[in-house]
Amino acid sequence: MATTAPGNLMMTTVDKAARWARTRSMFPATFGLACCAIEMMATGAAHYDLARFGMEVFRASPRQADLMIVAGRVSQKMAPVLRQVFDQMPDPKWVISMGACASTGGMFNNYALVQGVDQVVPVDIYVPGCPPGPQSLLHGILTLHDKIMSGEINN
Amino acid sequence: MSDPTIDSPEITETLDLWVAGTEEPEFSPTDEGEQEISDHESEARLDEQFGRVVEDDYVFDDGVDEGERMILNMGPQHPSTHGVLRLQVELEGEIIRRTKPIIGYLHTGMEKTGEQLNFSQGGTNVTRMDYLAPFHNELAYSLAVERLLGIEVPPRAAAIRVLLTELNRCSSHLVALATNGMDIGAISMMIYGFREREQILGFFEKTTGLRMNHNFIRPGGVAADLAPGWKDDVAAILTELPRRLQQYDDLLKDNPIWIARTRGVGVISAEEAIAYGITGPALRAAGVAWDLRQAFPYSGIENYEFEVPVGEHGDVYDRYRVRIEEIHQSLRIVEQAMDSMPMGDYRVDDRKVTPPPRARIDESMEALIHHFKLFTEGFKVPPGETYVAVESPRGELGCYLVSNGEARPYRIHTRAPSFANLQGLPIAMADSLMADTVATIASMDPVMGDVDR
Amino acid sequence: MSDETTTVEETPPVGPERPLPEHPVLRALFEDFETVGWVRSLGQDVAQVPNEAWAGFAHAVRDAGFEVCVDVTVVDWMRERPERFEIVANLLSMAHKLRLRMTTTAGRVDPSVASLVPIWPGVNFAEREAYDMFGVTFEGHPDLTRILMPDDWEGHPLRKDFGVGSVPVQFKESHQVS
Repeated sequence: MATTAPGNLMMTTVDKAARWARTRSMFPATFGLACCAIEMMATGAAHYDLARFGMEVFRASPRQADLMIVAGRVSQKMAPVLRQVFDQMPDPKWVISMGACASTGGMFNNYALVQGVDQVVPVDIYVPGCPPGPQSLLHGILTLHDKIMSGEINN
Repeated sequence: MSDPTIDSPEITETLDLWVAGTEEPEFSPTDEGEQEISDHESEARLDEQFGRVVEDDYVFDDGVDEGERMILNMGPQHPSTHGVLRLQVELEGEIIRRTKPIIGYLHTGMEKTGEQLNFSQGGTNVTRMDYLAPFHNELAYSLAVERLLGIEVPPRAAAIRVLLTELNRCSSHLVALATNGMDIGAISMMIYGFREREQILGFFEKTTGLRMNHNFIRPGGVAADLAPGWKDDVAAILTELPRRLQQYDDLLKDNPIWIARTRGVGVISAEEAIAYGITGPALRAAGVAWDLRQAFPYSGIENYEFEVPVGEHGDVYDRYRVRIEEIHQSLRIVEQAMDSMPMGDYRVDDRKVTPPPRARIDESMEALIHHFKLFTEGFKVPPGETYVAVESPRGELGCYLVSNGEARPYRIHTRAPSFANLQGLPIAMADSLMADTVATIASMDPVMGDVDR
Repeated sequence: MSDETTTVEETPPVGPERPLPEHPVLRALFEDFETVGWVRSLGQDVAQVPNEAWAGFAHAVRDAGFEVCVDVTVVDWMRERPERFEIVANLLSMAHKLRLRMTTTAGRVDPSVASLVPIWPGVNFAEREAYDMFGVTFEGHPDLTRILMPDDWEGHPLRKDFGVGSVPVQFKESHQVS
C-alpha cells in the first residue's frame, strides 16, 4: 500500500520509514550448505558482528525470515528443497547468493550441481569468493540494504 | 575420566532409566534393511496425520500405546548447523526407535571433477571435501601423489605440514565445540569458539592467503614458505588459546546442566564403533586408543611428543572432553614444531614436479617453458595405485588414488570419516529421547561436504 | 637307480613358486586360500581375489584380526582390462597395526559381487555409494538403493562413459557494484 500511491508526501514518508525498518531488522534464514556456511557463521560471530546490523537472529523457520543467504553449493537433490524454503518465506523477501558455487556453480561444472542458484530462485545480490570472507559478505549485505533504502529493489 | 561425584551409584541409577542402548533394540543393528521407514502398516497412520482421512474419534488418553509410531522428518534444512543432513526418525512417544540418515544433499561430484583436473590442481578439489579440515584433505592427497611419484619431501616441508595440520585440528575442534555448545543451549560457546578460530584463521591467511580451502599443501611440499614473523603469530596463539580453553572448562566442564544433557547420551560402545568403522574422537571416547598419528606416522609426526586422549563411556560428554584434550595436545605439537622448525627447502627439488623459482622465469627461456609445461599440461605420474590415510579431526581420512600414467588421476576416491561416523548415528540414537538427537548429532561432528563429496 | 635323463623329484614340479608375504598373519591367510594372489603395490599388500571367493576370503581376513573395513570402492577400467570393474576393499587391523587391500573384478554386463555387510556392518554406506556411482550390485546388501544421487536419477555418474555434465559458462547480465 505504501509503495504505489504517488505524489502524496505523507505516503512517501511512510514508504521511506517502511524501507528503513525492513533494512534495519532483516532476519536471515539458516540456509548454510557448505564451506560458505562456516564463513557465514563467522560473520555472525564476535569478530565480524552481524548483530550491529540487527541480523544476528538466524531464524530457523522460513516463515519468520526475510533474507535467504544461500551459502554453499546447491546439488540436484537439494534444489527442490531450496525452492520450497524460498516459497515458504513471506513477502518481502530477498536472496543473497553467497560464494562462487551458489552464484554460478563455481569450480564444479558437472552433473551434480545446479549451475547457479538463480536457476531456482530469483537472486538480488551475488557475493563472489570461494569462500567469500566475512568482509565480502558484509559488503554484500550492506549493498542490499542500500538498494532497498534507495528503492531500487521493490519487493 | 571417571569422576566420583558423577559416577556415584544414585546418579548413574537415575541416569540409567534413559541411557541409550540399555533396552533391547527391536532390530539387529546390522540389519539395515529393517530400517526401511516407509512400511505398509503405517500408511494408514500417515493418511491420518496428513489429513487425507479424518476421523472424529477424540478419546482422552494420556498413555502411549504399544505399536503407535510416528515418523518424523528432520532436515535437510534445520537449524542444527551441521549442514544438510536429513534424518527420518520413527518415534514412539518421545523415544526414538529407528533412525535412517538420508544424505546426498551436498553431493558435488568431486570424484568425477578430480578426474578432469591434473595432479597439481587436484588439491583445489579435495580441499573442499572436509571444509573444516582442509589441510588434512590436501595432506592425504599430496601424500598419495608423492607415494605414486616416489618422492620424499624435505624436512622443512614436512614440519610446515605438521604445524598447519595441527593448527587446523584446533580450529576444527573449536567449531565442533562451538556448534555442540550452541545446539545444546550454551549459546556463548558459539561466540567463544569462533573468536578463537579467528586468531588461527588470521595465521592461515597470513601464511597461505586464504582463511579456508587453502590449496597450500601440494604434491612435492608446500606452495610457499612461512611468512616472516610467523613465530610471533604462533606464539601469540599458544599463549591465548590455553587461557581461553580454561574459560570453556569454567563454563562447561562441571556445569550440572551440561552434564545432565551429555552424560549417558548418545552412547557408542567400543565394539560397535570398531564394527562400524567409526574412527576419530568418537572411537577414542569409547575407550579405544587408536590414532593414526601414532600407529602409522606420516609427515615426520613421529618426531614430536604428544599423548592421545581416551575417554571411557563413549557418550557425548566424553567426546567433548576428548576434543578439548586434543586441542591441548595439538598445541603441544605446534609448540614443538615451532621450536624445532628445520631450515631448508619448502618443496622437493625435483624438476619434474617443482616449478622453477619465479625470479628465474624473467631471466631464462628454459625456466619459462618449464613453468608453462608444468602448469598447463601438468606432470605425469607413473601408473599405480595407493591408499594413504591421515588422522583428521573426524577420524581416518584416506585417499585412494589410481594413476594410469597420465597427467590426471584415473580414479580418486576419498575415504571420508564423517561418512562412516554417520552410520553410528542410528546406534547412538536408538531408544533415546528425541531431545537428545541434537546433542548426539553435534557430538559426532559430521561435515556434510565430507559425507557427500 | 633312477635314469639320468629326467630329474628325480618326490612331487610333481609345481611351476614358479607362488609369492607369499612375510608377515606371519598375512602369510597364514594367503596360504589358506590358493586362488588368491598376493602383490606388493608401492609398499602395501594387495590380495587379488577371484569374484566367487570374495566373501569367503573376507571372513578369513576378519577372523585373522582385521577388525575394521575402512572402505569399499570401485574403479572403472573401461576397455583397458578384460574385466571392466575392479572392486577394492581396504582393511585395517588395529591389533596387528596392519593394512591390507583386497581387490576383485566384475564384468561389464550386470556386474555384481558379494556384499561385505554381514562381515563388517560399517561398509553399508560405502557399498551403497559404489552401487549408486558405478552400478555394481552387492549381493546380500540389506538396502541397496541410491544414496548420493536423487532416487529417480538415471545412470551411474562415475562410470567412464557417463559424461561430466559440464555446461558452457553463462555470463549473467547482473550489474556490477563497485
